[in-house]
Amino acid sequence: MQRIQEAADSRAFADLYQFFAPRVKAFIIKTGSTPDVAEEVTQEVLATVWRKAKLFDPTKASVSTWIYTIARNRRIDIVRKVRRPEPEDLVWGPEAEPDQADAMALQQETEQLSEALANLPEKQRILIEKAYFSELSHREIAEQTGLPLGTIKSRIRLALERLRYSIK
Amino acid sequence: MTEMKHHLTDALLIAYSAGSMPEAFSLVVATHISMCDDCRARMGSFDAVGGELLMEAGAAEMTAGSLDAVMRMIAGEEPEPLREKSHDNVEHLFPEPLRNYVGCSPDDIKWKKVGGGVSQLVLPTKGEGTVRLLNIPGGVAVPDHGHRGTELTLVLQGAFSDEVDRFGVGDIEVANEDFDHQPIAAPGVACICLAATDAPLRFSGLLPKIAQKFVGI
Repeated sequence: MQRIQEAADSRAFADLYQFFAPRVKAFIIKTGSTPDVAEEVTQEVLATVWRKAKLFDPTKASVSTWIYTIARNRRIDIVRKVRRPEPEDLVWGPEAEPDQADAMALQQETEQLSEALANLPEKQRILIEKAYFSELSHREIAEQTGLPLGTIKSRIRLALERLRYSIK
Repeated sequence: MTEMKHHLTDALLIAYSAGSMPEAFSLVVATHISMCDDCRARMGSFDAVGGELLMEAGAAEMTAGSLDAVMRMIAGEEPEPLREKSHDNVEHLFPEPLRNYVGCSPDDIKWKKVGGGVSQLVLPTKGEGTVRLLNIPGGVAVPDHGHRGTELTLVLQGAFSDEVDRFGVGDIEVANEDFDHQPIAAPGVACICLAATDAPLRFSGLLPKIAQKFVGI
């Protein structure tokens, strides 16, 4: 990702493509799209990854999280054809270099989240997948609890606060 | 600004993160997140869950030549440079997602009277649900009403109280079916709220029912 951001390295992009495109396509199919539509959306997603590469901030999200948000948004544009209002960007000061330690810490938290998700009881895990693949009503989602988000939430909150603080 | 104490539920944040929410509700969620760092962090963590599900979604084979197709799409393009955000340093009453619908100031809004001193503006959205700005003069009550579906009410100015609690700027009330309440605006400055509903409100009295026919609440 760094080589794409800094050097517009198309070889690095091809590597990232090989890794992520099949995952994005599988994910879009799981949301109920046909393979043809999923292919189209996935191509758009990867093109967006290239175009928006400089917006990626490793202290705020992991690469997989960032690509997930792009995939979600492109799917909404192309398949659902509705508008999804986005929150206002936080106002940072002059763009600070992402702090390596923060990026590492976020990466670790993401790995812990991944492990915690993998260790959820089967039933719970299926519910969460259904919620993300839009197979549950809001009311049904409300009935499930227990997503292990504590640490990663604190990490993201810390990063937001630090960025806010740096401009004061 | 006083500390917010009423936040989005996990269910709403998951539906927003998953992108499965109608536009009317997304607008209220995005507006609250713009005002609330805590819910912004929670949204980030739900996006991270989405990222993990993406990693584990398996692998669907891409069609032959698809990488070439993407390479053609981006041929000759450098990643876009970061745009300098213009910081106008103005404290807006309406956060950006809402400004995209109604402009900057309540003074520019063409309010429509709905009776009892209350006025509203219904915003244009697609899909299920309706979202509106409500302007309730200080001390005035909104007619007692129940809901057939979910109602989200976000306070942008002033405050209101109902049977549940007091809701100040940035607070969001999530009301479900079977919940009758009568919000009353706090004395003083008018209470301006952004409210989304997914089914028509159900007013308890006869008069509001007649009014409902005309004003389309």
